[in-house]
Amino acid sequence: MAMKWNLIVDIERCNNCRVCFLAVKDEHIGNDFPGYAAAQPAQGHNWMEIERKERGSYPIVEANFMPVMCNHCDDPPCMKAAQGGAVSKRADGIVIIDPQKSKGQQAIKDACPYGAVSWNEEQQIPQAWIFDAHLLDDGWTQTRAEQCCPTDVFRSVKVDDQKMQQIKEQEGLEVLQPELGARPRVYYKNLHLMTQCFVAGSVVVQVNGVEECDQGAEVILKQNGGEVGRAMTDLFGEFKIDGLQPGSGQYELEISGSGGSLSKRFELGDASLYLGALTA
Amino acid sequence: MNFSVLLWGMVQALRVTARVYPEFAERLKEKDLIAQFKLLDQPTGRWVKLENGKVSSAKGIHENPDLTIFFKNQAIAEEFLTPPFDQLVRIDAAKNFKIGLEGPDDLAVWFMSTLASMEPQTWKSGTDMGNGVTRYTNGTNGGPIFVYVKDGKIIRTTPVDFDDDDAPSWSIKARGKTFTPPRKTTLPAHGMCQKSLVYSKERLLYPMKRVDFDPDGERNIENRGKSEFERISWEEALEIVSKEIKRCKTVGPGAIAVANGSHHQWGNLGHYLSAFNRFWNLIGVTKLVHNPDSWEGWFWGAMHHWGNSLRLGAAEPYGTVEDCLKEAEMIVFWSSDPDATYGFEGTIRRGWAKELGIKMVHIDPHMNYTAAHSGGKWIAPRPGTDPALAQAICHVWITEDLYDQEFVANRTTGFEEWKAYILGQTDGTAKTPEWQEAETGIPAREVRALAREWGSKKTYLGAGGWGSGVGGACRGPMGVQWARMMTILGAMQGMGRPGSNFGNLQFGTPLDFNFYFPGYAEGSMSGDLAYSANSANNYQRMPHIVTMSSVRQSIPRIYLPEAIMEGKAMGYLTDVASVQGQFFPFGYPSPGHVPVEMIYKYGSASFGTMVNSNRWVNMYQHENLKFVVNQSVWNEGETRFSDIILPACSVFERWDIGEWLNVGPAYVHHMYSMCNHRVISMQHKCIEPLGESKSDYDIFLAIAEKLDLGAVYSEGGNTELDWCKRVFDSSDMAKHISWRKFLKKGYFVVPPEPEASRAPTAYRWFYEGRKKDLPEPSPLPSDYRGNYGEGLQTPSGKFEFVPETLTRIDDPERPPLNKYMPTYEDPQKDEKLAGYTLKLLTPHSRYPFHVMGDDEGSSLRDIREHRVLVDGHYYFVARINRQDAADRAIRDDDLIRLWNNRGSVVCAAQVTDRLRPGTISASTASAEYRPAGEPGKSTDLGGCTNMLNPSKSITPKSHGIKPNSTLIQVEKWTGVDTWEPAEAV
Repeated sequence: MAMKWNLIVDIERCNNCRVCFLAVKDEHIGNDFPGYAAAQPAQGHNWMEIERKERGSYPIVEANFMPVMCNHCDDPPCMKAAQGGAVSKRADGIVIIDPQKSKGQQAIKDACPYGAVSWNEEQQIPQAWIFDAHLLDDGWTQTRAEQCCPTDVFRSVKVDDQKMQQIKEQEGLEVLQPELGARPRVYYKNLHLMTQCFVAGSVVVQVNGVEECDQGAEVILKQNGGEVGRAMTDLFGEFKIDGLQPGSGQYELEISGSGGSLSKRFELGDASLYLGALTA
Repeated sequence: MNFSVLLWGMVQALRVTARVYPEFAERLKEKDLIAQFKLLDQPTGRWVKLENGKVSSAKGIHENPDLTIFFKNQAIAEEFLTPPFDQLVRIDAAKNFKIGLEGPDDLAVWFMSTLASMEPQTWKSGTDMGNGVTRYTNGTNGGPIFVYVKDGKIIRTTPVDFDDDDAPSWSIKARGKTFTPPRKTTLPAHGMCQKSLVYSKERLLYPMKRVDFDPDGERNIENRGKSEFERISWEEALEIVSKEIKRCKTVGPGAIAVANGSHHQWGNLGHYLSAFNRFWNLIGVTKLVHNPDSWEGWFWGAMHHWGNSLRLGAAEPYGTVEDCLKEAEMIVFWSSDPDATYGFEGTIRRGWAKELGIKMVHIDPHMNYTAAHSGGKWIAPRPGTDPALAQAICHVWITEDLYDQEFVANRTTGFEEWKAYILGQTDGTAKTPEWQEAETGIPAREVRALAREWGSKKTYLGAGGWGSGVGGACRGPMGVQWARMMTILGAMQGMGRPGSNFGNLQFGTPLDFNFYFPGYAEGSMSGDLAYSANSANNYQRMPHIVTMSSVRQSIPRIYLPEAIMEGKAMGYLTDVASVQGQFFPFGYPSPGHVPVEMIYKYGSASFGTMVNSNRWVNMYQHENLKFVVNQSVWNEGETRFSDIILPACSVFERWDIGEWLNVGPAYVHHMYSMCNHRVISMQHKCIEPLGESKSDYDIFLAIAEKLDLGAVYSEGGNTELDWCKRVFDSSDMAKHISWRKFLKKGYFVVPPEPEASRAPTAYRWFYEGRKKDLPEPSPLPSDYRGNYGEGLQTPSGKFEFVPETLTRIDDPERPPLNKYMPTYEDPQKDEKLAGYTLKLLTPHSRYPFHVMGDDEGSSLRDIREHRVLVDGHYYFVARINRQDAADRAIRDDDLIRLWNNRGSVVCAAQVTDRLRPGTISASTASAEYRPAGEPGKSTDLGGCTNMLNPSKSITPKSHGIKPNSTLIQVEKWTGVDTWEPAEAV
């Protein structure tokens, strides 16, 4: 089987330092790479972007970050929209929008369901992250994003599709919006940090008339009577149960702590929920 | 070698070099001259004639030479001219008048530089990458960098990947795991955007003059910042500047003031402490005394409890990374955001701590970047109130017996007084967790939980960006109280005990601390022994001639506007040699000196970085300021508030040399212990200077030549590359790698310290009652009260809960007993503040380096967390709590106006839950200043949030800033500016 490029992105490791984002600009602003990409405009094109997702509310909050870019789909919608062979799929999996043939073809930009294609107003061409194909063809063994990332978010992997499937299953990787059927070659680890919800709370207990954090309380999350999650409170009496679907409806929490038991019903909307101080 | 043979050989070398190296042949065509070499004591010599690049020469004495280079006698001449050159011999000959130069200064500099540039023709730099691409190296404030160049243009920059020839990396074994850093350097955003800065549309490419400035007629001072500029020639610019320097010198000593930022582009030579200081020492100028603006509370407060004056009051760093990973069970990050300010070398180490299951707690009104990434408990006190939280922790420790009693008994003084205060025996108020809740807003139960865990588990206290010092709560109205509390918490837990110390894994990697390479604060070629750390090593290691300014006038930096506009200013010295050095007041004007009437502004954009900065705008338009030069790389907010603009080139367009994060022993010794490897960069001249820009060194040299100081400034014609070689020769690097190999490869990795000889852990010596065993030369020997090396720098040699040194200054906000005094802005106490309901935090910026990198055209501007494009302008981002935003109908990316009596600034909103309600955060990083109306008296659209911060000193008898708890109000920006300043300067 052909060896193809894939990019694995670990969301948990990203802290929005923006170095990859800047490296892509560094690579393309002012540089023409004939056959790969025309120069990127000096400002406003973010071929690699970092999406920001806050979960929870003060004071239990997370700030999560996800690098997004051209997914180099195996069934690329942009290629279908392109005319005159302006978009091509290389044998190594990389999708290239030809900077000359694509002139005037705004449909290529519009076709991308991920919004990963930018429109170069001056040159009237669609442009996207080229997986550093020009560098890989020149002997580089990794993308610039991987080379510059200080927290090891990226892995540029060249393997056959079967091996990639194995890696995907072993590591629990996901692609963005698989339901679109575009079959991306960019895989995400810990995608739940962007897409799913948590419920959190602080368990409080009265000890001799003084309010204390209840460490070690057992928290069980139930839906329709069945357990869907479980946690133990930490030294601040706090718990967090993750991996809940947004808008997944009514839940019941059962808390047994040193001050006794408590149950609480809540409805999970689109956002993660901090239930505040819960006195058992 | 014989004198006449040496001279004959030199002429042959000129001819051969010109024949082989076309570039050198071209240089020889630049000037025609006759240079005479001769001895003073006998009529012996040889002259050299250059005409249209042709070299002719004869033995003897020419009757009409342009230049004469004379030697006192033959022995001196032979010693001076015989290679390899001994720099000590050469400067000894120069400064003791054993040799001399007669003739025009510029010609002399050119001729000496020409002679010196023969050998460098044979040097090679950079790595050939094929296809016409050469890979050079350079250094940035964020770290070393590879620079790929093709056809004279930078095409790419990357962090540095090490190869197999580079020294190995260290490993730390902790709890059954082995941790080794990656074999590469990291860059933060401001390092990775450098190419965009080189080619930024805001680059200054030509000398310019304000159109309505006439040095011989109307100066139109009031139009600074408003009028346009026109391009002029270098000759005209240099003529105006040098004439004004001469004019000011006739006014009297101190009429010229120089103003530089706290930092510069990376590199030992081009740094302001080097090329800039050398030049101004030769002119004689009024200096600005910089306040310790990233350390305030540590410097003015913490230092009194434990000394460390040569670290600006912060803790020793050594060995803490290893000790923390091996021993600690918890890290408390208190106002500590290393991921925001110091790149990502430490981030990976905090990842290891997470892997080991070390608990993390973050105390900061903003869930900062480090907190967001490393996770753990977030505790968000009301801005400024942190000392109350800390005192309540002490209360729990004392009442529940959770502190290190043996350490307190044997290594500290004043604990009984402290204990009585905490228990309420002194003032009737016990500092309980419930007491602090009313101040901080943090539930008492959480403080108790934290205090109990901390008191019973081995805990590292990461206070400030480095784990001890830098940024955050230390620079706020309560910064002194807070930093003092941090030392007290450390002492109560027996700092130095395994697993109990100061640090957040940012500082204290196991590197070689004995390998010498000069830090930038060692002054490089400045020759400045008074205002740099030159004398510690550099002066001996790199023989060069001392420079010294004869002007003794100085101005406290915070009050430069008052000095200019009101003619007086008063401050306290940032003297690091001793603890009591900071008690010395100084005033402007100084006796026997004259008021400043010229400012030479060197880089940076003060409107973004100086507090209450509308004052600075007004200063530039004040009639007392007759002349302003601005020498900068970029056209920033402040640049046009000048009369003459001199374009400096970027660090990629000139030669330099420097080690990553090596400051030297001036104030943060071994600062490079933040890095995973010591990396020294040859900072190649990667491309030619853009436009007509010049290196800082060449600009100063050109002005110097107008004053016949060129030969003195360049120490006889040294080029920047010559100085790089001299720095290289002065360092230990010369024992490991040849100059030619280093110059070609571009970087050197210093081998790590073998495990057996690693520096001991900070304060372990103190904890165990031994002599100090750390590789730092502080405190100074005279500051030990007992035997050398025994005890701390305090009068008792112990940690002092109630410092004796604070009894020696009567500062009402620094009483010896660190009482809780709410000195933050409070509308209940000051009716002027009524209506301002939000507290503004202005932390160090994450994406630019201070203002560096925020220029228009920089790629940083596309970062949504930094600036947001609205209606064609990139607005600075202000983070606002979700509830506060909802109360004002503010949504993400809305333009909002932040204002109080001092200033009014428009930002783009970023709505977040990462801020405590009632708090708004916008960093101090705007390079841009865009007044909506009259400069200094209207709303700024550029984002200089420091306009809102107070300029009163952090305590009455100090010289420090206190932002980070400033009261403001916020509303949606209407587009119509009705703001007027209500607070007089």
